[in-house]
Amino acid sequence: MILEALAFYVFSGILVIASLLVISARNPVHSVLYLILAFFNAAGLFVLLGAEFLAMILVIVYVGAVAVLFMFVVMMLDIGPTELQQGFLHYLPTGGLIGIILLIELLIILGGWHFSPELAKTVGAPIPPLTKETNTHAIGAVLYTRYIYLFQSAGIILLISMVGAIVLTHRRRQDVRTQKISSQVNRHPRKTVELQNVEIDKGI
Amino acid sequence: MFEIGLSNYLSVAAILFTLGILGIFLNRKNVIIILMSVELMLLAININLVAFSSFLNDLTGQIFALLVLTVAAAEAAIGLAILVVFFRNKGTIAVKDINLMKG
Repeated sequence: MILEALAFYVFSGILVIASLLVISARNPVHSVLYLILAFFNAAGLFVLLGAEFLAMILVIVYVGAVAVLFMFVVMMLDIGPTELQQGFLHYLPTGGLIGIILLIELLIILGGWHFSPELAKTVGAPIPPLTKETNTHAIGAVLYTRYIYLFQSAGIILLISMVGAIVLTHRRRQDVRTQKISSQVNRHPRKTVELQNVEIDKGI
Repeated sequence: MFEIGLSNYLSVAAILFTLGILGIFLNRKNVIIILMSVELMLLAININLVAFSSFLNDLTGQIFALLVLTVAAAEAAIGLAILVVFFRNKGTIAVKDINLMKG
């Protein structure tokens, strides 16, 4: 019990500090690194909650793909560390007020949350005990049967976003000579090869 | 203090969500930080979903967290692609310079 509480406070403390540094770091590269730290600690919280599969997916997808994508773009766009601009202080009163109000409201709503006892009867897909079935097995048994349409639409969303990203960033450059297969195939011998009678002792 | 309940996880998620919103409000530097703040907010939502799933003993929350994760990955890919195209055309991604539509 003490160990679990200790792990929770360590993970959540580092998570909050890292996300604070994400939005306040001057160098975007540092922001991405702190984002990776935040994702790792969120994965730790997921493990504490008993969602091992989601924790591993979080590490693989977020740290392995999304954060590296951010890193690539930050380095590709060549944005140096910027000075702390005057806009920060200009927007601090309004933004801080809204943030504090929102935080207090969220804590009031979520802080004292209790389930009513009748709610246990409406559980749709109960989690089997870990000694009987692993978390991954249980998720697969539910995801591929009851939520198969949601799973398929998630795949379609990913496909569309992939096509969209490629279409947006792909461009045909004019200053580079590339092979154009269609024009090669469309070449006709009659247009390109010419037969000539060459007379003796004379060139063409 | 040493009893970790649902409220603790929900409070962490609330703090994370607020930090994401503050990151959008206070940021005047570049759009990439705003995209990262959106990722932080989605992470807070995921923590909420998984916490409810765990304490309600219902797997549905974890399924939904998986779907939110998918949408977040798609959103990051599209957002960064738009950002790359914008930088190619305008040469800057500072928030105060993005005023093409006079908003």
